Amino acid sequence: MRTIVPIKQVPDMRQVRFDTEKGVVDRSSADAEINPFDLNALEAAVQIRKSLGGTVTAISMGPRQAESTLRDALARGADSAILLADEAFAGADTLATSYTLAYAIKKLGDFDLIVCGEKTVDGDTGQVGPELAEHLGIPHMAYVSKIEKVGEKLEVVRDMEGEFYTVESGFPVLITVTKDVNTPRLPTFRDKVNARKAKVEIWNAKDLSSVADAGRFGAAGSPTRVHRVIIPSEEGRKGQVFRDTGDKTINELVTTILQCLGGT
Amino acid sequence: MRYQKSSLNDYSGVMVFAEQKMGEIHPVSYEMLGKGRELADCLGVQLSSVLLGSRMEKKAQELIYYGADDVFWYDHTVFDELDLLNYKHNIVRLVREVKPEIFLLGATRWGRSLGPRIAVALNTGLTADCTDLEIDQDGNLIQIRPAFSGNVLAHIKTKARPQMATVRYKVMRCLSRDVGRRGEIIRREAELVPSLLTVSQKERPSEVNIAEAEVIVSGGAGLRKAADFSLLADLAELLGGVTGSSRLPVDNGWIGREHQVGFSGHTVKPKIYIACGISGSPQHLAGMRQSDVIIAVNSDPSAPIFKVADYGIVGDLYEVIPKLIAKIKTRRQNS
Repeated sequence: MRTIVPIKQVPDMRQVRFDTEKGVVDRSSADAEINPFDLNALEAAVQIRKSLGGTVTAISMGPRQAESTLRDALARGADSAILLADEAFAGADTLATSYTLAYAIKKLGDFDLIVCGEKTVDGDTGQVGPELAEHLGIPHMAYVSKIEKVGEKLEVVRDMEGEFYTVESGFPVLITVTKDVNTPRLPTFRDKVNARKAKVEIWNAKDLSSVADAGRFGAAGSPTRVHRVIIPSEEGRKGQVFRDTGDKTINELVTTILQCLGGT
Repeated sequence: MRYQKSSLNDYSGVMVFAEQKMGEIHPVSYEMLGKGRELADCLGVQLSSVLLGSRMEKKAQELIYYGADDVFWYDHTVFDELDLLNYKHNIVRLVREVKPEIFLLGATRWGRSLGPRIAVALNTGLTADCTDLEIDQDGNLIQIRPAFSGNVLAHIKTKARPQMATVRYKVMRCLSRDVGRRGEIIRREAELVPSLLTVSQKERPSEVNIAEAEVIVSGGAGLRKAADFSLLADLAELLGGVTGSSRLPVDNGWIGREHQVGFSGHTVKPKIYIACGISGSPQHLAGMRQSDVIIAVNSDPSAPIFKVADYGIVGDLYEVIPKLIAKIKTRRQNS
């Protein structure tokens, strides 16, 4: 089984600062890490390799610093890693991102399975996986919460808002996995040391231009554009705080609750 | 890729994907028709809807009562399953023919799985999980969506056509049903492609539908043990609601993941959200900040949850919740 896991380097969301007045998102205060949802994707791929053999290739598009994220992926079990890094890739929306990833994957050659996380913590679109599948002309199964069988066919359970569908597919296919699919392993010290020495291949726009249309990379290939960012403050909330739990407080709260529910 | 102004002008009208499962229209579809009506009227164009599924004529009529000028209906059993590639193929064909300038889908898991494929096939942009839509002075769609775990609202425009967005459930308002409204149901023949995916089983094991609940009583790190969720369940039941949870109790295995509210769980918008012993991480707030009224009970006065709460009580949930339960019971007996 030749499996590909697209991953993204994201800021640690606990450390990102939001300036309500200036409307600025300050990522510089935050460490970069592998998108937490991608850890489940990587773990799923590593487990499949364990039972069926094959390879796991991690691929990411981002600045050169994203190499550290790919090393993390190597430490967590990927056999090889490719970073798509070029100024020409910058400013990509999901259409350009999925296009670029698709052509890098085509350049890699034959594959059987692509495993993506269900979404990223910064973009939060969940679109790159299904878009990638469409570019590659293969089916996809999104929101996979359980992998039932892998062999000749792939059988998974999809979590569709509390309804669970058991779905079967042949290969090649792309799946996006939720956090329920597994518990990602922690890399050992030795894994980390080995990953530090491993090679991360770096491809630029020129490396892809023999197969892809360079006009569809990055900002140039992105039909959507963010033209404004607003950081909402929590205005509009009453913000009434009771510092005691006496009868008067409880009474007032119960009145509020019952009024909200329309009497009784 | 170049987007010629002249070719953009070929596109006109607003189209809404009417999502159905087992013959029932998902309510987000009616909400999108409400917003779609507003956008179409602002632009002076038609509002259409596309419905795929067998024996849905009555439902097609409902879409008209809720605001559509016309409904393209594909009466075929292939659409009774979530047949991804057949849905995509037929919607893409219709959009290429009708050329709406705006195309909307619900930001349900189905919409968010299907929408991206349609967008790529049409070579256009897709904005995920919008909470508002507006038209700018040039007639372009402004797509407003939360990002960074809900900490930021981004305003996004699309230079290609159609301008595509998925729309969050329970945010837009639907029009009141008007049986006097006239519109046309246009039947279309489905063109079938290989499915490639086979659904063998459907299950609905959990009765909890937290996304629909009007009252949610949630517990977090302040709970001492799994059994204490029963205290929250008592209050929830009294108010006709359900129990929710922040991430920690779910990770501890104290309560099922179907109860989890937050970025990696459910996004909820109940009338009342009661957060008990929840400090309020950005990930949790992302899932519940749109609740109508937020009540927080926490013994730590500096807990971030108090910043988003309408009413906060600094106190021990083990004291406050039983008192609330007792008080509600007495008040109801006396009324």
